[in-house]
Amino acid sequence: MSQLHFSWLELGILIPLAGWLVVGRLRDAVVARHWCLVFTGAALVCTFAEWQDFQTLKTFEAEDRWQPLAQLFGPDLFVVDELSAPLLPHVALLFFLTTLATLRTKIRRFSFSWTLLSEAILLATFSCKEPWLLIALLALGTLRPYWELRARGKPTRVYTLHMGLYVALLVFGQAFVSLEDDQRVHTLWAIVPLMAAVLVRSGIVPFHCWVTELFEHATFGTALLYVAPLTGAYAAMRLVLPIAPDWVLRGLGLISLVTAVYAAALTLIQTDARRFFALLFLSHSALVLVGLEIVTPIGLTGALCLWLSVGLSLGGFGLMLRALESRHGRISLVEFQGLYEHMPILAICFIITGLASVGFPGTSGFIGTELLVDGAVAAYPYTGVAVVIAAALNGIALVQTYFRLFTGTQYASMISLRLGGRERAAVLTLMALILLGGLAPQFSVSGRYHAALALLKQRGVLSNNTEHVSASEAESLVSPEM
Amino acid sequence: MASQSIFYGLALIVVGAPMLLVAVLGISSLVDRRLNEDTISRSMLATTWIGLVASLAILAVMLVVDTRRVAVPFGNWVAIADSQHHVHYHMFLKVEFDRLSIPFLILSFLLCGTIGSFAGKYMHREPGFNRFYMLYAIFLLGMVTTSIAGTIETLFTGWELVGLSSALLVAFFHERPAPVRNGLRVWTVYRISDAALLMAAVALHHLKGEGNFDVFLGDAPWPEGHTLLTSSQAFWVGMLLLAAAAGKSALVPFSGWLPRAMEGPTPSSAVFYGALSVHLGAFLLLRVSPLLEASPALCIVVLLIGLATALVGTLSARVQTDIKSALSFASLTQVGIIVAEIGGLRLLPGHSPEWVSYVPLVHILGHGCLRTLQFVRAPSLLLDYKELENAIGGRLSTAQASGPRRLSDGLWLWLYRFAFDRGYLDVLLDRCAAAVRSALRRCDAWEHRWISFLSGEELRRSEQVDHMAAPIEELT
Repeated sequence: MSQLHFSWLELGILIPLAGWLVVGRLRDAVVARHWCLVFTGAALVCTFAEWQDFQTLKTFEAEDRWQPLAQLFGPDLFVVDELSAPLLPHVALLFFLTTLATLRTKIRRFSFSWTLLSEAILLATFSCKEPWLLIALLALGTLRPYWELRARGKPTRVYTLHMGLYVALLVFGQAFVSLEDDQRVHTLWAIVPLMAAVLVRSGIVPFHCWVTELFEHATFGTALLYVAPLTGAYAAMRLVLPIAPDWVLRGLGLISLVTAVYAAALTLIQTDARRFFALLFLSHSALVLVGLEIVTPIGLTGALCLWLSVGLSLGGFGLMLRALESRHGRISLVEFQGLYEHMPILAICFIITGLASVGFPGTSGFIGTELLVDGAVAAYPYTGVAVVIAAALNGIALVQTYFRLFTGTQYASMISLRLGGRERAAVLTLMALILLGGLAPQFSVSGRYHAALALLKQRGVLSNNTEHVSASEAESLVSPEM
Repeated sequence: MASQSIFYGLALIVVGAPMLLVAVLGISSLVDRRLNEDTISRSMLATTWIGLVASLAILAVMLVVDTRRVAVPFGNWVAIADSQHHVHYHMFLKVEFDRLSIPFLILSFLLCGTIGSFAGKYMHREPGFNRFYMLYAIFLLGMVTTSIAGTIETLFTGWELVGLSSALLVAFFHERPAPVRNGLRVWTVYRISDAALLMAAVALHHLKGEGNFDVFLGDAPWPEGHTLLTSSQAFWVGMLLLAAAAGKSALVPFSGWLPRAMEGPTPSSAVFYGALSVHLGAFLLLRVSPLLEASPALCIVVLLIGLATALVGTLSARVQTDIKSALSFASLTQVGIIVAEIGGLRLLPGHSPEWVSYVPLVHILGHGCLRTLQFVRAPSLLLDYKELENAIGGRLSTAQASGPRRLSDGLWLWLYRFAFDRGYLDVLLDRCAAAVRSALRRCDAWEHRWISFLSGEELRRSEQVDHMAAPIEELT
């Protein structure tokens, strides 16, 4: 396996882990935020360097040059490939910007040390391909929101039920996969639980209630960081896509499609900003899953592009809502709030991030949505129509929410509500990325296309130089056996 | 070869000038370094002058080199070309100058420049001066992109920009709820129309592998192209495009948003709903007229929708009590007639003379200019009346048109109600929205019950707000 020029991967994981230990001992919340920013920033630099280093190697897969953790736990612990290479800086950026945009009013409620631990776990998850280790990391990742809900005295039952089911399904499914390791074709006992686990984690109907509940009761930052990286989609790529037969993926795609349209429609009638955001996010994450399950190069490329775009745009959109909440308290969408005059930049960024998420031309979401719709129509025409309907509904809902929050009246405030320097830096960084990704999308699309091809080759849908798999063989490779 | 380089340079100026204006105004807004009124007005004027001169130069060069169609490719915006795996996808950026795009482009620059200059005075010291011009610049960019688009994806990009700027400008006076509600209504209709256009684009990609107009409309200069699609394909793709055009041009059944759009500032109302934006649907139908030629059924649908729109428009215009609403319906009537012309003239038997194809285009140009003038004079209508009365030294005649009424009282009353309720089109759409809303509310209620069951909680925080006045009410 190719090697990176430095231990970027393990460093990217160890830095936030060390940060967890350091920041956890600090009593002063302001100092804790400062150090959290330093650690998340360093992790961002490492993951970005890893991505650039990986680009120079021109290979599908690479590992660290020196691997201290691998010496302790075994070889090939963490690897980076074309799928995960841009996802790691993407995750690190979300954590960094969330920390950067955390206001003083929120720093006592938002745990920086646990944020760093979550980042370390998530970066390890996205660097991991070994199924059992991946499942262990996915399970560990569910703990942080649970602890926060417990610590804040909020109800945990819905979250615990769903996440418990998720972890149990992962373990059950992977146990069968391991038992059937000598078989080329896995049984439904292995495939269906893994697929169901992905549905639960991605909040696909009827397992979506935990997402709205999490946003309801957890801090906005924690909920956002738990859902925005689309960990469920990653689990689908690593655990389900390589072994699931076409009809299972089609079923998964169909349920995701229903979720995308259903959640988009429900956003139109929401009266609470957090619930609105949760449903908007569900609709988009379901759209990403739709693309992942089309299993054509174009559809998969579209889904992978959309994955990055959704993370950036809805991550940014969430940060805007969080900034609004920091100033205004819990936001109701029943009345007009009229906040535009107090925070015009936030209003502009709010609408741009929202439009990016629905694939508005000139933003990062446009090409992803186009590719996804194109791939979907080529595979199943009704899918393309449903994707377009979901995007249209989301577009209506977000402008409706923009009008609710920023217009309709004049909000009277005795103090300035304008964005602070840190928040503005976070928001403008996201803006720049969203617009850059929209105006010059070729770089991102090429990278995602290579990743899509590699994933399809791994699945056996496409032939490659080393392993020639014909279409009929591919079909036999993925046909189910009970 | 030299002329191609000239066209390339001029096309860059035509597209680049409004793009630069959007970038300058957008970046200054984002970094909170607002430009002063004078700088903004001058920038707008300079942009439109540059664009107009470049457009006229393109026309002049076309006349000199005696060509009726110039395609300027800017290359692939995105391309995936993988012959090993037989995967080919590209989004091609291309602009076209022909007898349809050049007049529309010149009209766009001319009217946007004139109204931009007018707005400099009209919007003077308005709190949203910068916002107005920002949205106006996006509109100009959208109009230019749509006018000269050589691929359906390029057209879609411009189409979306026009839609966004229109909706936000309708809600320009956003400290009041009414403009915001109307802006949302406009946006909702536009999203439906955008979805139809996107589906048409994808359908064309699916059928022909790309959205280049040459490929599915033929490479002959407009209006002589012949589509390569079959009659049935042309009908279904045409129906999607007609739905897109109906949303954008307020054709039946989407006519209800047009008078609501008058909540915006008068300059934007004039140029959007009197001249340019409202004609975009008709422009789209003209652009894809080879599809109409291939499908007589589609022509009949277009003709009927145009006539229905004209009928609703002319009846509704007669019962309006304010000048902007009356003008908006008068505008709608003309747009309906233009659309009927587009559909009807294609149904003419045999070989009709070539000039017939230009009738709708000439109608658009004339109507756009006249209506813009009427709209910008609308705020001073009472003053104009007063000046006229002072000049003639007496009251103007207010006598109603009279004549023998051939309709019974009952029918007359029904017609009045029909016109007053704008053909009941809003009622129809509202009922559809209400049915959807009701179903969604039921789903939401089930979800609440399910979560309450799982969590053992009766009331969650988000439920502690009044659900009776939910935002979707604004759609109705």
